[in-house]
Amino acid sequence: MQKVTYRDAVNQAIAEEMKRDELVCLMGEEVAEYNGAYKVTKGLLEKFGPKRVIDTPISEAGFAGLGIGAAMYGIRPIVEFMTWSFSFVAFDQVVNNAGNIRYMSGGLIKIPIVFRGPANGGVNVGATHSHTPENLFANFPGLKVICPSNAYDAKGLLKAAIRDDDPVCFMENTKLYDHAMEIPVEEYLLPIGKADVKRKGADISRVGHGRGLVTALEAAKLLEEREGVNAEVVDIRTIRPLDMETILASVRKTNRVVLVEENKPYCGVDAQVAFEIQEKAFDDLDAPVKRVSALDVPQPFSDPLEKMVLPDAERVFKTCLEIL
Amino acid sequence: MSAGEKIDLFTQMVRIRRFEERCIRSYQQGKIGGFCHTYIGQESVAVGSISVLDKDDQIITAYRDHGHALAVGMTMNECMAELYGKFTGCSKGKGGSMHFFAPDKRFWGGHGIVGGQTPLGAGLAFALKYLDKKACSLTYLGDGAVNQGAFHEALNLCALWKLPAVYIIENNYYSMGTSLLRSSAGESLAGRGIGYDMEYEVANGNDLYTVREVTARAVERAKKESLPTVLEFQTYRYRGHSMSDPETYRTKDEVEEKKKFDPIALYQQYLLDEGVLTEKQMEEIDEAAKKEASDSVDFAEESPFPPEEELYTDVYVNDEIYLAKHGQA
Repeated sequence: MQKVTYRDAVNQAIAEEMKRDELVCLMGEEVAEYNGAYKVTKGLLEKFGPKRVIDTPISEAGFAGLGIGAAMYGIRPIVEFMTWSFSFVAFDQVVNNAGNIRYMSGGLIKIPIVFRGPANGGVNVGATHSHTPENLFANFPGLKVICPSNAYDAKGLLKAAIRDDDPVCFMENTKLYDHAMEIPVEEYLLPIGKADVKRKGADISRVGHGRGLVTALEAAKLLEEREGVNAEVVDIRTIRPLDMETILASVRKTNRVVLVEENKPYCGVDAQVAFEIQEKAFDDLDAPVKRVSALDVPQPFSDPLEKMVLPDAERVFKTCLEIL
Repeated sequence: MSAGEKIDLFTQMVRIRRFEERCIRSYQQGKIGGFCHTYIGQESVAVGSISVLDKDDQIITAYRDHGHALAVGMTMNECMAELYGKFTGCSKGKGGSMHFFAPDKRFWGGHGIVGGQTPLGAGLAFALKYLDKKACSLTYLGDGAVNQGAFHEALNLCALWKLPAVYIIENNYYSMGTSLLRSSAGESLAGRGIGYDMEYEVANGNDLYTVREVTARAVERAKKESLPTVLEFQTYRYRGHSMSDPETYRTKDEVEEKKKFDPIALYQQYLLDEGVLTEKQMEEIDEAAKKEASDSVDFAEESPFPPEEELYTDVYVNDEIYLAKHGQA
């Protein structure tokens, strides 16, 4: 085992896949000479050279589209958005070109591309830079969306995403980049479309993704310490395809569920998860499905206000008490 | 060009025109739905420019794509069937008029969003260079697309990274119902390349020989020097932007005046003067094209619609979970 941060796990995944396959290249703003705006791509230019690790101008629509065009022809680009907030100026490229071309060509074309970068709030940068658009991109059939919550998942899922022949939106989190954990030294991949039970419990289910999952785990501790309640925590990991079986199995065991996400609530990811739970496990529920998400406002700049917007362990804890 | 090659290009232009005329008829009969943008009047641009390419060169265009599709060698049958939304169409009826694809003929679409294909064309050029192929991409766009940001981002990337890309602006003077004068600042559209230190050229797009000569220069620059070029071919579309266009923005006189510079008539005269073809032979080619177009309508009408099972296919390559979710596994 090796202790690595989420940041280095992403770096390892990219480096291993670039070493394995010469068709894999990396492009984005500041990924090469600057070593990445968040140092995720540190050292990759030195390892693989400027042909394969490419600094782009600030032209998200241009380089996202360029990556898609190259992917159509067989290159396997990893396109970094410095943050997913900046993907909005490339929205047409990701949605219409990466997401639709396979279908519109009747399956003649595949687009093996990964769009990746952090997508989170909580870093005091205001509304334009704090988007969590996993729900937006997951709305489009043709795209896959992954939101890993820890270093182990980030590495295994990113390697799988790079090898996947479909376009994948891979959303990291700057607040998690420094989180370290033990992961295997040996190579491993994780399947896309498989949720993971991060904590076993019998009394209540907590379902989350990304940093929402970390918050759910923190709240599980509070519940145990303060109330003696044993919560199960399920990590969605991939938003699309969504592994409802694992989520439903947990709900059927505990009969109570609180969904936790940093996504905004309106038409958010957990609106979909809640719908599917009520549809498929209605009779197993002893209480309404509850949600804890970011609050329904643009991200405020002021630190105390932003803290109120983001879900935290106390809010999750209180919400759990409402249905226990 | 040999006489045979010259005749082939004439045949291609005539085939495109006759195909489009049959499209119009089927559309007016209500058999083709959606949008339908015809290429009549611009045939020399696609046919001339594609004719100078080699086997590894790649082609991508916007939504007015029927002409390019036929010029790369797609059949009238698969194109007409696609317009009808039939299973025998090039995209199995899932793409429609604006989204023809034939990667085996190095044709990457057929793109519906104005300017959206321009970064993809840069990507094709990037891939060719990455793989050390001595080849280039041709990316077509209309005059309306030069004002999209994606186009400028693509030009900058091509110039900055010295990509073997050729951009061909097909200037037919109208972006839908808005004339060039009301939509684009600046003297020439190809001149937008100046800001990126790109070579550019403006030429008569209705003259097939000119189109070939100008495109060949740009293609050579792309392959020999790995440098991009912007070309502007001035041409004209005789029909509306799409089939539903009442054309209140231009006069009938203007259209009739432009028809005097018809690309097929012009090329026809060259071939007559050169003694490559007789009028009788031309008529035979025309009759054959009409019959081929008419047969393609029969083919499309007799073809089945895609079966319901096709609804969920071709969304993903690795689609087991997706299909299972929708009860299709």
